[in-house]
Amino acid sequence: MSQKLKIADKEFTSRLFTGTGKFSSSHLMKEALLASESELITVALKRVDVANEEDDILSHLNHNHINLLPNTSGVRTAKEAVFAAELSREALETNWVKLEIHPDPRYLLPDPIETLKAAEELVKLGFVVMPYIHADPVLCKRLEEVGVQCVMPLGAPIGSNKGLKTVDFLEIIIEQSNVPVIVDAGIGAPSHAAYAMELGADAVLVNTAIAVSQTPVAMAKAFKMAVEAGRMAYEAKLAPRSEMAIASSPLTSFLS
Amino acid sequence: MSHFKELFDTYNWDFSLKSIFDKTAVEVEQALVKDKLDLEDFKALISPAAKPFLEEMAHKSQLLTKKRFGNTMQMYVPMYLSNECQNICTYCGFSMTNKIPRRTLTDAEILKEVAFLKAKGYDHILLVTGEANKTVGVAYIKNAIQLIRSQFSNITIEVQPLDQDEYELLVENGLYAVLVYQETYHRDEYKKHHPKGKKSNFDYRLDTPDRLGKAGIHKIGLGALFGLEDWRADSFFTALHLKYLQKTYWKTKYSISFPRLRPHSGGLEPKVEMTDSDLVQLICAFRLFDEDIELSMSTRESEIFRNHIVNLGITSISAESKTNPGGYSVAPQSLEQFEISDERSTAEVVQMLKNQDLEVVWKDWEHFR
Repeated sequence: MSQKLKIADKEFTSRLFTGTGKFSSSHLMKEALLASESELITVALKRVDVANEEDDILSHLNHNHINLLPNTSGVRTAKEAVFAAELSREALETNWVKLEIHPDPRYLLPDPIETLKAAEELVKLGFVVMPYIHADPVLCKRLEEVGVQCVMPLGAPIGSNKGLKTVDFLEIIIEQSNVPVIVDAGIGAPSHAAYAMELGADAVLVNTAIAVSQTPVAMAKAFKMAVEAGRMAYEAKLAPRSEMAIASSPLTSFLS
Repeated sequence: MSHFKELFDTYNWDFSLKSIFDKTAVEVEQALVKDKLDLEDFKALISPAAKPFLEEMAHKSQLLTKKRFGNTMQMYVPMYLSNECQNICTYCGFSMTNKIPRRTLTDAEILKEVAFLKAKGYDHILLVTGEANKTVGVAYIKNAIQLIRSQFSNITIEVQPLDQDEYELLVENGLYAVLVYQETYHRDEYKKHHPKGKKSNFDYRLDTPDRLGKAGIHKIGLGALFGLEDWRADSFFTALHLKYLQKTYWKTKYSISFPRLRPHSGGLEPKVEMTDSDLVQLICAFRLFDEDIELSMSTRESEIFRNHIVNLGITSISAESKTNPGGYSVAPQSLEQFEISDERSTAEVVQMLKNQDLEVVWKDWEHFR
């Protein structure tokens, strides 16, 4: 049994975090997210009507084990992000926020300067800040210094399903980080998720790969198993890799 | 390069058109296997040579759309605020010389229309006017936005081109997007179709997306009106315009619409026919050219066409549209700008989308300021 993941004051058994976009219906979204056994589910504030208790997305996520993680998708500046976070805290009664600032609407790449500014401000305002960022090791340390509760570096652009294109930098981030590292964006297959977990990521966030698959419920289960397998492998310590073949009968055994 | 016009002036219409018609099957095949397409690839995909590859284009377009947008379809609805217009446009029912009753909605009438549309579930609204600066100038538009702002997450306008400072004022007051179609990129033909009024200034219209980009608008909708000139050349220039804007105003989102000439009062017959097959080819070509671009479909098109195209690249759709001011609840019998083709109710269109396993998205924007 893997150790639980702790972020701020919450403990998570599942290390698979999920999203709510791109499903063909809210009912299917609910079925897939339940199958994933995810306990932290991000929801775009711009997509939900927070004033409406009957909101189609929110009403389907009303389960005890599910923690909602509102995200600020759609904002372009630190100022807008702080406004969005305050809105979500009031409406959804959570001080957790996934900080997303992407002024570029095509690739949705995060703005590191505005993200750092917003993170600093939000931490002062008492938020648990989970920033979506490039796989930038220096930025991760700067964010850690201002008090974020985890970092969420991307594996590849959002929705691309390309896998871990930033692996060299993810390895540095994981090695250096004092806060949980959650690989976000780009994970397109359970094998990508397992790989991220084997590297030592604390969790992964997956949306498109589940929502857009032919059978989202089955794919959600596949991701759940892959994340568990990857974590188990990491904790079991992978056998070292070698460029050279090492004979099972060592050449120097005669010395003993 | 600070204006699209500088780039546009380096192109020649006839030469561009010929280069599209000269594309070969081999060039189409090359475009179909590439991940990142350039403008020459786009030309190949809209060329006659691409016709035998339509099915392949449709499959790829569907796949790319699903990857980027998932199984979703955004809903929007137009609301016509006024049919007053000081322009002569040969193809438009609102044209100044048409003897039709003119009407501009009052605040109370706007709110009555809004109540009707809210009851249908709409949260994204498109405000439309003719071009009459004295009665429906920027002050009128600003007032309309302020009036309805609390009821819609996303307010888009399709009105006369404005100056940069006017756009800035509207953005500050809650405007999200502006649709501004060039109608045709053929300078001489444009002049023939717009002989009188401010709209006759081709360059001012061509420069409008630049002014919008500088004003910091969130989204710009582009397009040509198909039927005025050769659709292939007009689409190529639309794509050229798009690429320029994306590089210059990189924080702005873009959408493309595909209006074909529809019957209207004082009607003009299309000079160039664009068939259903042509339109499918063009929509798929835009999707292959840019997998992130929003592609929009209005009720100008038929029920059957819309039922199928929602799975081939389109990402936003309107329903139950009225193209006359007050058409929903205030003055249902007044004259329309043009006839719509798909007359199904919102509920019927929503059911059609659900039957095709598409999630209907009513809200996808919030003003965080």
